[in-house]
Amino acid sequence: MTVIESKAADPKLAEGKAPPSGLSEFWFYFSRNKGAVIGLVIFLIILFVAIFAPFVAPHSPSVQNRDMLLVPPVWQAGGNWGHILGTDAVGRDILSRLIYGARFSLFIGLVVVTLSVISGVLIGLVAGYFRGRVDTFIMRIMDIILAFPSLLLALVLVAVLGPGLLNAMIAISLVNQPHFVRLTRAAVMTERTKDYVVGSKVAGAGTLRLMFLTILPNCLAPLIVQATLAFSAAILDAAALGFLGMGAQPPTPEWGTMLAEAREFIQRAWWVVTFPGLAILITVLAINLMGDGLRDALDPKLKRS
Amino acid sequence: MTPVLEARNLKRDYHIPGSLLKKGKTVHAVKGVSFKVEQGKTLSIVGESGCGKSTLARMVTMIDPVTSGEMLIDGQKVDIAAEPLSSDMRSKVQIVFQNPYGSLNPRKKIGDILTEPLIINTKIPAAERRDRAMAMLKKVGLEEKHYSRYPHMFSGGQRQRVAIARALMLNPRLLVLDEPVSALDLSVQAQVLNLLADLQEEFHLTYVFISHDLSVVRHISDDVMVMYFGEAVEYGSRDQVFNDPQHSYTKTLFAATPRVDVEAIKARLERRKRA
Repeated sequence: MTVIESKAADPKLAEGKAPPSGLSEFWFYFSRNKGAVIGLVIFLIILFVAIFAPFVAPHSPSVQNRDMLLVPPVWQAGGNWGHILGTDAVGRDILSRLIYGARFSLFIGLVVVTLSVISGVLIGLVAGYFRGRVDTFIMRIMDIILAFPSLLLALVLVAVLGPGLLNAMIAISLVNQPHFVRLTRAAVMTERTKDYVVGSKVAGAGTLRLMFLTILPNCLAPLIVQATLAFSAAILDAAALGFLGMGAQPPTPEWGTMLAEAREFIQRAWWVVTFPGLAILITVLAINLMGDGLRDALDPKLKRS
Repeated sequence: MTPVLEARNLKRDYHIPGSLLKKGKTVHAVKGVSFKVEQGKTLSIVGESGCGKSTLARMVTMIDPVTSGEMLIDGQKVDIAAEPLSSDMRSKVQIVFQNPYGSLNPRKKIGDILTEPLIINTKIPAAERRDRAMAMLKKVGLEEKHYSRYPHMFSGGQRQRVAIARALMLNPRLLVLDEPVSALDLSVQAQVLNLLADLQEEFHLTYVFISHDLSVVRHISDDVMVMYFGEAVEYGSRDQVFNDPQHSYTKTLFAATPRVDVEAIKARLERRKRA
């Protein structure tokens, strides 16, 4: 019983009678990871800015001001407070374009991750649970997809489907999905033969219950990390596709497309290239940090008890 | 009275598929074993590793199908290869595994682990499920506050108590104990064994106790079956087997057990002096 008593030092458990609700328990463990909290705060700011873009942005993202071409940011000689981060080659306010661009990036990340996680986990679960021929068949297809350089495959897909944001998102999810399939399959295979799964089976659990309620939750930890990584990878891939002219089309203020348009001004006007790049970097970093904390909070084995 | 469990000539083969260079072969894990267990009794199955004990346990628990032979539970014939099990049949036999660290779902709280069998097999409302789980928790010597904790917060002995509680939630007739104490240290072993004995008395449980620890077997069982390479080489009441072993393997097995009574120690000292 000594084991239990030493656990009582944990403030949440010391209260004893009323078990902490799911959310407060989650926050308790999540908030211990400083990096994750910083990531979350940055992510929330970006999210807020994206949602309320029309109110936050000082200018319209597509209005061209012919008197103000390539105005430098406010702290440089020649900058002015009207355009805090300066303007691009056709006189559009960069800050406003970044703010509106956050909408696209978050949307891309969300859609791509949702699509690839749902399909990848389902396929991986089936492959790992049933094994045999189903498994071989699925995994060979995934191997084929993985054998292509991912950006190239996405590029080909977009070329076939036609350039555009939606097709880019579909292509990126397809390219991302085999990672989820493999990860899920591997995790399911190790969990499947464990005693608690057999025990659940002996208690009468059916195939679906075993797959989704018993095995899947135990495979989630690596999947969550992979999902956050995929979220940022999707933003990067979309930016790359945009840069190559296959993603969002101008004048959409998508960050990658902005980079592509600014390519020729790298020497003359650094701010046109730097700020979209920084926006991508900060967003990706924040999401990765958050993913780390999410895993810590959701995996009871990692909880400090 | 019909025995709770009756096995007639149970066999289990594993087929290993061949490859280009190797021919496929069949491993006979259990080669025709017959036994029966009456209600409230304990049958111990003893043998070295790889002799088919656990395969037998999986067949009795209806996890793996029987290759041939008959198995009767409460006089009813069971064959999971032929037809899916009814939940009624499922709940009659439950199992406690050897390793308490792998047998509890690490993502579920103890309460959820205990109520799961009820959710699957019965239509008992949530409040009553909770009450039953609480009651069972107390029966196995744990406390109510453990209800909403995760398995990793418990010691091995406590986890094994939880595993036993889960097995008992469906009021089974037969409990298969697959080396339930061999992963625990000695003092905890005794506690868990005593708990099992108490529960057997209270619920009139029937045990199939699988072990390689002869002192534990002697302590707990009514009947003993000794297995050797998939065959039952010795089967009889505890006293019969322990006092008058027939098969040579059984004799070696008993001789290999360290003895600690005064006579044995004296004899050993005598031998050492002479040497």
